[in-house]
Amino acid sequence: MTLTDIKTAPPTALFGIAVIALYILVALFAPLIAPFGETEIVGMEFEPWSGAYPLGTDNLGRDVVSRLIWGTRNSLGIALATTVLAFGAGAGLGLLAAVTGGWIDQLLSRLVDMLIAIPALLFALLLLSIYGTGIVNLVIVIAVIEATRVFRLARAVAMDVVVMDYVEAARLRGEGLGWLMRREILPNAAAPLIAEFGLRFCFVFLAISALSFLGLGIQPPTADLGSMVRDNAALITFGDITPLLPAAAIALLTVAINFVVDWVLHRASGLKD
Amino acid sequence: MHPLLRMTVQRLAFGLLTLFAISLFIFLAIELLPGDLTEEILGQSATPETVAAFRRELGLDQPAHLRYLDWLGGALTGDFGTSLANGREIGELLAARFGNTLFLAAYAAAISVPLALFLGLLAALYRGSWFDRFVNVATLSSISFPEYFVAYILLLFLSVKWGLFPSIADFGSGADLGTMLYRTFLPALTLVLVVTAHMMRMTRAAIINLLAQPYIEMARLKGASPARVILRHALPNALSPIINVVALNLAYLITGVVIVEVVFVFPGLGQLMVDSVAKRDIPVVQAACLIFAGIYILLNLAADLLAIATNPRLMHGK
Repeated sequence: MTLTDIKTAPPTALFGIAVIALYILVALFAPLIAPFGETEIVGMEFEPWSGAYPLGTDNLGRDVVSRLIWGTRNSLGIALATTVLAFGAGAGLGLLAAVTGGWIDQLLSRLVDMLIAIPALLFALLLLSIYGTGIVNLVIVIAVIEATRVFRLARAVAMDVVVMDYVEAARLRGEGLGWLMRREILPNAAAPLIAEFGLRFCFVFLAISALSFLGLGIQPPTADLGSMVRDNAALITFGDITPLLPAAAIALLTVAINFVVDWVLHRASGLKD
Repeated sequence: MHPLLRMTVQRLAFGLLTLFAISLFIFLAIELLPGDLTEEILGQSATPETVAAFRRELGLDQPAHLRYLDWLGGALTGDFGTSLANGREIGELLAARFGNTLFLAAYAAAISVPLALFLGLLAALYRGSWFDRFVNVATLSSISFPEYFVAYILLLFLSVKWGLFPSIADFGSGADLGTMLYRTFLPALTLVLVVTAHMMRMTRAAIINLLAQPYIEMARLKGASPARVILRHALPNALSPIINVVALNLAYLITGVVIVEVVFVFPGLGQLMVDSVAKRDIPVVQAACLIFAGIYILLNLAADLLAIATNPRLMHGK
């Protein structure tokens, strides 16, 4: 994707790119931007919006603006780590299954078929109840769930590439499995996988914040957008919109990513409608 | 054998096999714990006597395959054992809440399915118009919204600011249908907003896909009206993808209720499950999981069969 491509992008995609850039900046420079520390208690509980605390304070008297900034950084970081893990495992095994075929392919594919038949949220709840909640467990559980989806796509895409003559040629000149996967298949399967990365990131981001909202994801006192909604939800019954802000922050980012992915897929498919 | 019948039997067998595999997975997930459940729940400080008693009570002194058969046999007859948290019968605990969850999901489905099909048809009919573009952006946004965001916005305006609907969706026992529909309107509306967008987009895509076919052009060329082209020529052939996406969303409704139930304090299966996860009441989570998975598979099966039944080409076999 070059600069000229971006010039021809529809307004929704431009909006998406701008929002994503903004979030990345906030996440990277959180320690510089945030007026207060992540868990610093600066005032009374539930203080209203004021000059000192532009969006008030939360249920423990922490500055909401600072929590939002730190929460964005934490939520994004954890979601990104999870997505990368899911892609490493899912795409790696998917390519492996496509290249080797035979019983390895059968074993992995049937295993994934079974795991996909369980609704994702149920799967996460079951595993979290057994292994307990916590960031490490959360990341692993969500990564496993998403890896099954990535596996399917990676395997399907790689299956089309494996039958190409140049792969056959590489096999005949005796290249190893690693070379076949990295140098022959991956470059030709990259485009759909990159678009998928954006979508998967959205799912991961939403899943982690949903679990945190339920109190089963990222645990206090770590700031996180999902659990911020939960902590301050009581304010809604007084007509205060502060608890909606972290939820809106989540929604804004996922909308932005969807706009960009929609545009990328649209361009790639060459559709005109 | 009639091809339709054979296909039905095949799908049914496959569904049962999947359910069996899932039950095995739900059961075996615990076996992967280092040590076992006893240490996780009682902690390090438990005396050997309490550990032994607890293990006997849960049947953990039996080998795994016997416990699995016992659990599965119990589940088939509605006996899921007792809750670790409060010692109550899990079957009893689930029964009432399961009804509530089904009610809420059915309520949302009854509104969202016709609405989504109607809007999807309109968007396909007026493709490229302002209506279509607006719907496209609106649905793409609402797909990306977390459920609780939608839920709290509705709660803020319809309940807190304007006082139209109650914010807590608990209707107690013995309420009549009107009261139940009124009290659960906000959670149902949240679910409607979340699933309608997806179903609508897929309906639109399925119809637009078909509009490129030669026989549609033929219908147009012989002078059929746009509405007739869509309703009589395109829609019957778009039914099977549409049925599939409807089933997918109904299955989503069944599991997606979890978050909505928590926001509106609705006494359903989802809320019970979240509470049980927090308390690590694993037998309850397993039972709820099995029920949810069963419904999920049943819905997909029903969709498969309906899609076959509405597609004449599939009924002839090869």
